Amino acid sequence: MTEMIDTTVPAAPAPLPVQPPSGCPFDPPTEFGTLRAEEPISRISLPDGSWSWLATRYADIRAILGDTRFSSDTTLHGYPLSGMTGGASTKNRGFIRMDPPEHTRLRRMVTREFMVKRVEALRPEIQRLTDELCDALERRAGEPVDLVEALALPVPSLVISLLLGVPYDDHDVFQRLTGKLLSRTIAEDEREAARGELRDYLDQLVTAKEKEPGDDILGRLIVEQQQTGEITHDEVAAFAALLLVAGHETTANMIGLSALTLMRSPETAERLRREPGLIRGAVEELLRFHSIIRNGPRRVATTDIEIGGRLIRAGEGVVVAVPSGNRDATVFEAPDRLDIARPNSQHHVAFGYGIHQCLGQALARVELQVVIATLLRRFPTMRPAVPLDEIPFRTDMAIYGCHSLPVTW
Amino acid sequence: MKITIDAEKCCAAGQCVLVAPEVFDQRDEDGVVVLLDAEPPAEQHDAVREAAAICPAAVIEVQE
Ligand code: SF4
Repeated sequence: MTEMIDTTVPAAPAPLPVQPPSGCPFDPPTEFGTLRAEEPISRISLPDGSWSWLATRYADIRAILGDTRFSSDTTLHGYPLSGMTGGASTKNRGFIRMDPPEHTRLRRMVTREFMVKRVEALRPEIQRLTDELCDALERRAGEPVDLVEALALPVPSLVISLLLGVPYDDHDVFQRLTGKLLSRTIAEDEREAARGELRDYLDQLVTAKEKEPGDDILGRLIVEQQQTGEITHDEVAAFAALLLVAGHETTANMIGLSALTLMRSPETAERLRREPGLIRGAVEELLRFHSIIRNGPRRVATTDIEIGGRLIRAGEGVVVAVPSGNRDATVFEAPDRLDIARPNSQHHVAFGYGIHQCLGQALARVELQVVIATLLRRFPTMRPAVPLDEIPFRTDMAIYGCHSLPVTW
Repeated sequence: MKITIDAEKCCAAGQCVLVAPEVFDQRDEDGVVVLLDAEPPAEQHDAVREAAAICPAAVIEVQE
């Protein structure tokens, strides 16, 4: 008989920690610190009763994500799918759930769309959209306003819709579905239904664009890749799903958390107003500090590999704890302190690491720089309208942040 | 300092361009890294080392 990999939970490990320590919604779960010190490669249980390795140290996280023997292919046996959230099912799963060479081939079809030069050219447009939303915000002075709804979500949502060629008028539809896909608490069948609904929506959109491809990412994919036989209709729809979902809640939640942190740290906010040139480094530090990806990335080992003194065997899954790596004191001095002038903040792994590192990171950076700087400049007296413990934090979601952020000024 | 790149491995996320724009650029067709200066002057060395350290795909090799 061939050797079977033991998938039962050996010592009843705990699930992936998600609760921040009491009193500080900005810090990652306390368990991560203990694990980094005592058992940096440990076991966790997944919702279906199987188990996975959990990596909590920065060096191990980079080693795992930088090594393609840890596969991203979600169809491989042993991939830790249980409890994973995201935009695509196993069929037409999008390139982030593939390995080279398919991953490379598909990713390269869109890399130029997100390159630094292209994104920098969008900066004035992103500033214009932000200013418009801030004008609308200004008119609501005096009443408590939800900053997530008024600014944090619309900016990235408008931008990605524009780039992809998805009508922003449909934002209620795709924002609702994205929210379901990224929820940790809804039932698997409800998530599958949301996935199906998003697939149908994008399927129709791609069909319409096949007749009339516009000057946008989906239009270009159709003309340059689909009509030449490189990819299929379904693959265009999978691109759309991936980019639409990835472009939404990530940046939106970073904006919300960053705004809240700066409102609670007036000296830092004042320093950024005085020295606007610090904004780039401040955004890197906010990315490191908040590390909003709370549910992965995940990999499966394709061969036996030793990491951090542990043997991970072929067919075993690994969950990588981004928030833990970014608070590793062996890399970041006084890691729990927000220091917008930290010299090595950009070594963070908030965008992941390795060949799957976030494709949209240049866009996310520009959006964050523009929105945060504009908000600080235009609303210097903005403050939360409710106490911290009344702000609903997203411990129920794969992307951390706040569900809503009532502010006043 | 001498830089070599393995552009085949590049995943085009552009970290190198942000850190050392005088030394690295991205190809218009696909965003893959372009080495503008394989032997950059001393004032670029820190930025180049930083780019090599944060490049997610280990594309950039630096010989001092
Ligand atoms: S940082 Fe590395 S992977 Fe990214 S564009 Fe530069 S060379 Fe390519």
